[in-house]
Amino acid sequence: MSESALTCKEIVELVSDYLDGGLDERTARLVDEHLALCPGCDAYLDQMRQTLKVLGSVTPENLSESTRDGLLAAFRDIRPPQPKG
Amino acid sequence: MRRRIESLHHGRPVPGLSPGVASGAGADLALVGRLLAGDETAFAEIVAAYSPLMLHIARGFVSNRASAEDVVQEAWLGVCRGLEAFEGRSSLRTWVLAITRNVGRRRGAVEAKELPWSQIDDDGNGAVDPARFRGPGDPWCGGWTEVGAPVPWSPEQLALDGEARRLVTRYLDELPDRQRTVVALCDVDGLGVDQVCEILGISPGNQRVLLHRGRARLRQLLEDYYGRGEVHP
Repeated sequence: MSESALTCKEIVELVSDYLDGGLDERTARLVDEHLALCPGCDAYLDQMRQTLKVLGSVTPENLSESTRDGLLAAFRDIRPPQPKG
Repeated sequence: MRRRIESLHHGRPVPGLSPGVASGAGADLALVGRLLAGDETAFAEIVAAYSPLMLHIARGFVSNRASAEDVVQEAWLGVCRGLEAFEGRSSLRTWVLAITRNVGRRRGAVEAKELPWSQIDDDGNGAVDPARFRGPGDPWCGGWTEVGAPVPWSPEQLALDGEARRLVTRYLDELPDRQRTVVALCDVDGLGVDQVCEILGISPGNQRVLLHRGRARLRQLLEDYYGRGEVHP
């Protein structure tokens, strides 16, 4: 390993930016080199990918039905249907 | 990003009610035309589509879910009343989100709960418990210890898709406010970095740190739940 090689402890702080493509070229290369040799960090990266995948599948909460119904009623008041013309 | 918005403005089409609208500025103006004409179906659609994202934004400025719901409601009323002011300079979504942000910020100030978005959420902790790394004096200082190294999650664990989603939904809710807001906007709603920074008024650097910390915490919680493979019973 070269002097500038990254430790596992450093890698885990870079993984988020690495996945977003936010690292500069040199750092990204150092991460790649480390990952190729380190099963622990490779597992960490994979777990982070899985975490993001699950996050992407989360169905975000919507408004309650009562709030939504209230909004539709308010819309009818504020914007009564205009005759088509 | 600003440039993109201007170019949308550039080709501004005549507002119309054409069905089967394409995306982009033309679609937005057509939709606004329908709203101005009192088309309740169009309003119901846009409320269903944007409100989850608006709730995430609102929650970043107020102290609880109920307040966030109030903020989103107020923002929609503002949108209904202010439709004439929409000129297609930005996308309709961006316009609605900006109104949500403004209402949220105002409400946060009243609640005296305004989050210090200008400060980063740096608790000084790393992404992983430092005890899992070798200490100074070890020739592999900074490397994983034998029991500390992550073990790949088994396909069976990952196959529990519904369960993982349920867990992550719950853990996300338990994250510190700023981390939760940034993770929700970036990783659940898929907003771009530019937009998240603009809405929350934070720098790209702060955004990255909050995202990193939130994600690291969620991964850790999942790892705790699944156990660390065979190494940790």
